[in-house]
Amino acid sequence: MSAPHRTAEEIGRTAAGPRPVPSLGTQRAAADLSHVDTTLSNGLRVLAVRKPTVPLVELRVWIPFAGEDKLHPATAEVLAETLLTGTARRDRIEIDADLALIGGDLASGVDPERLVVTGTSLADGLPTMLDVLADALTGASYADAEVERERERLIERIAVSRTQPRTIAREALQKHRYGDHPAVREVPQAEDVAVVTPEQVRALHRASVLPRGSVLVIVGDIDPETVIGDLEKAFGGWASDRSAVRLPPLPDLVGGNVLLVPRAGAVQSQIRLSAQTVSRTDPRYPALQLANLVYGGYFSSRLVENIREDKGYTYSAHSGFEFTDKTAVVNVDADTATDATAAALMETRYELARLGLVPPTAEEVESVRQYAIGSLVTAASSQGGLAAQLSALAATGLGVEWLAGHPERLAAVTAEDVANAALEFFAPKRFTGVVVGDADVLAPKLTALGDVTVGEPA
Amino acid sequence: MADPELVRFTLDNGLRVVLAPDTTAPVVGVSVHYDVGFRSEPEGRTGFAHLFEHLMFQGSESLEKLAHFRYVQSSGGSFNGSTHPDYTDYFEVLPAAALERALFLEADRMRAPKLTQENLANQIDVVKEEIRLNVLNRPYGGFPWILLPPVLYSTFPNAHNGYGGFEDLEQATLDDCAAFFDTYYSPANAVLTVAGDFTVEEARELIEKHFGDVPHRPAPQRPSFAEPAPEGELRGEHVDPHAPLPAVGVGYRMPDPINDLDGYLANLVLAGVLTDGDGSRLQQRLVHREPLVVDIGAGAGLFGPFEARDPDTFTITAIHPHEVSTDQVLAALDEELEKLAATPPEDQELKKVTARWAASLHSEHDKLVSRTLALGSFELLYGDASLVYRLAEKMSAVTAEAVSAAAKALRPDSRAVLVVRPGSADSEQADSEQEGSEQ
Repeated sequence: MSAPHRTAEEIGRTAAGPRPVPSLGTQRAAADLSHVDTTLSNGLRVLAVRKPTVPLVELRVWIPFAGEDKLHPATAEVLAETLLTGTARRDRIEIDADLALIGGDLASGVDPERLVVTGTSLADGLPTMLDVLADALTGASYADAEVERERERLIERIAVSRTQPRTIAREALQKHRYGDHPAVREVPQAEDVAVVTPEQVRALHRASVLPRGSVLVIVGDIDPETVIGDLEKAFGGWASDRSAVRLPPLPDLVGGNVLLVPRAGAVQSQIRLSAQTVSRTDPRYPALQLANLVYGGYFSSRLVENIREDKGYTYSAHSGFEFTDKTAVVNVDADTATDATAAALMETRYELARLGLVPPTAEEVESVRQYAIGSLVTAASSQGGLAAQLSALAATGLGVEWLAGHPERLAAVTAEDVANAALEFFAPKRFTGVVVGDADVLAPKLTALGDVTVGEPA
Repeated sequence: MADPELVRFTLDNGLRVVLAPDTTAPVVGVSVHYDVGFRSEPEGRTGFAHLFEHLMFQGSESLEKLAHFRYVQSSGGSFNGSTHPDYTDYFEVLPAAALERALFLEADRMRAPKLTQENLANQIDVVKEEIRLNVLNRPYGGFPWILLPPVLYSTFPNAHNGYGGFEDLEQATLDDCAAFFDTYYSPANAVLTVAGDFTVEEARELIEKHFGDVPHRPAPQRPSFAEPAPEGELRGEHVDPHAPLPAVGVGYRMPDPINDLDGYLANLVLAGVLTDGDGSRLQQRLVHREPLVVDIGAGAGLFGPFEARDPDTFTITAIHPHEVSTDQVLAALDEELEKLAATPPEDQELKKVTARWAASLHSEHDKLVSRTLALGSFELLYGDASLVYRLAEKMSAVTAEAVSAAAKALRPDSRAVLVVRPGSADSEQADSEQEGSEQ
């Protein structure tokens, strides 16, 4: 690059010198959402919201889907992969064609807590989408050939998934913090998947794909009042007296040693810490949310500014909440080069302690407050973003009112509230966690740091 | 869809501006696209465009280090940037009250970024972590976007790795940064886009106020990156220590995205006919009927369509079991392409693909950040932001014959085949995906 150019120093200044940053203008509130929140005669809760920004609809079905059985995770995973592969009325290709012609898509996924079906289509294709969805929910056939093929693919995909550092770290964290609670079984074992039979999948569908206790969120270019009738009609045949199966409550986390889990030859380590917090309905939650943002919940947080922007230890550091039913924990994640791992863990703990001892300043609190309120508005400005927000809320019994009222709750939080939440919830001793990485290199420094043990999670 | 209001004008210093007012939500999106991507990096400086993107966040004359992030986020907004083959974008989405602030932030770094040795060293470290995260420490890292181009292309701009090798990144100097900025980051080489809740008069005034005095520098002459299509089938192999299963990536040259848009769109529809949905030809045959692969996908561009000028790449990627050979996958692929070349697809096949495209374009448009970026990149690459609103219609107009012709042009004797083999190798230096300072 030898073309004539200024020096870096010349580029960085102008004759006029630095300029003042403009202040903010006035902000108008987002329009109220026209919505209906009701329960259908089959016990399915429906949250329908009008948002005609584009001629589409977004749909989310959340079905509690827990199971204690050893084969449950494998069976549930096969079910999620084959739910939309055929019914008495449509084979796999007809399902795909019917959806494609309305610009539509339906996808299903499962975890230890719930089965989720996500749908989107052009608004005028909604009757077709509801028909296909209801057809699958009431009459998925789980044909032998489809189950066998998806079982094979699933085994291959599990192999790929288990080589992903993030999956390895997640499994290690889950086992370390929750032992053998059903919640830890997020990726099924290949040998379990191999023995799942079509009949077992059909039986699980009959036993657990249930409307009572489940929630359907629909957002888009719809009339909420009318759509309730359409849904009542479409899902009339989906009924049971029993309720969908909820996950047993998770035990409260207690702080403990960080477990160093060996992954030979890794060039980067995954730091994963976790502590018990309170959930969205707790009066302390808004202050806790702001405390978390100051700690590591956004780019301008203490953690990111320290270990990324100041020290270059990481590209990605983040802390955020994980909600399970009515409970919540805060998780701290950072991926960092092997050489920098011990120092990064030290800084991560230091920032946890500092959050309580040197509490967020008024400026820090104001910044996260605006960020939290602004993020809500931005996320809610698209159909998909709003559907995702509401689906997460609805799963714990909340709805549009909570979302609409949250900016006000955030506005009411004081710096003192944030300081109290920081001291109460972010104390380093409250955290447990794992570091996954090249243990041969990491062990001497990490064990010297203290409160670190080496081994596989029990 | 009917064209929403779109206002385009150019400032005296050459900055092109696109305004797309929309008052449905009290938020605004602001983006600046610079006409430089990793294809323009000099030899010996792989990864420089992306590294420089990181540096543009590190301060400017009126803004100390970290101030950019803090001002955006404390205004309730979010930000990011990303580096592509032919452009680099910077963007933020904020509550409407922060519009002027966002314009100020973008103007300040366009006028006078603070490029310092300390920030350069820090961001080299951060980018290396990004590459470890996205490429070196995970299965199929950089597949196919880093691994396929060196097999398909023979010239440095098209073939090299846009994430950069560690030794190249480590050698980047402050003088490189200054030269790069003065050459490529002039207002005349950029497009500013504002979308969302504002009035045109207000936005015009604020843009003139903040960008009007950024000094003009002539935009650089854009070189041609053209090179001949391969004569024959080129093969390459990559050993991936983290991959549990083999994979294959096939790369073809495709029509000029800008000057032969109709031909390019026919390739997009073809990609859908091949792999979009359970009913698509390759999914049906290779995933379900014969089963030869675990997953298969086809698409235009290494990161998606409308991201690059000519030459662009049509890619097909598949992960398959050990007992299946690369040639089995290729033979089935060639047979399906021959069928399409001989007999154009059914109308219903096309309708399935184009209806899904229409819905996905609506969905992208519904997300303010995606809309802002699409308008900016189309203005930059096509000289016409409004094309964004006509894409769905243009896709629907693609004929079965055009798709058939596109299939015919994907010839086995003019392509690249990259094989990813699981195994252990000496750890390699690779580079990586296009996302910039992530949040």
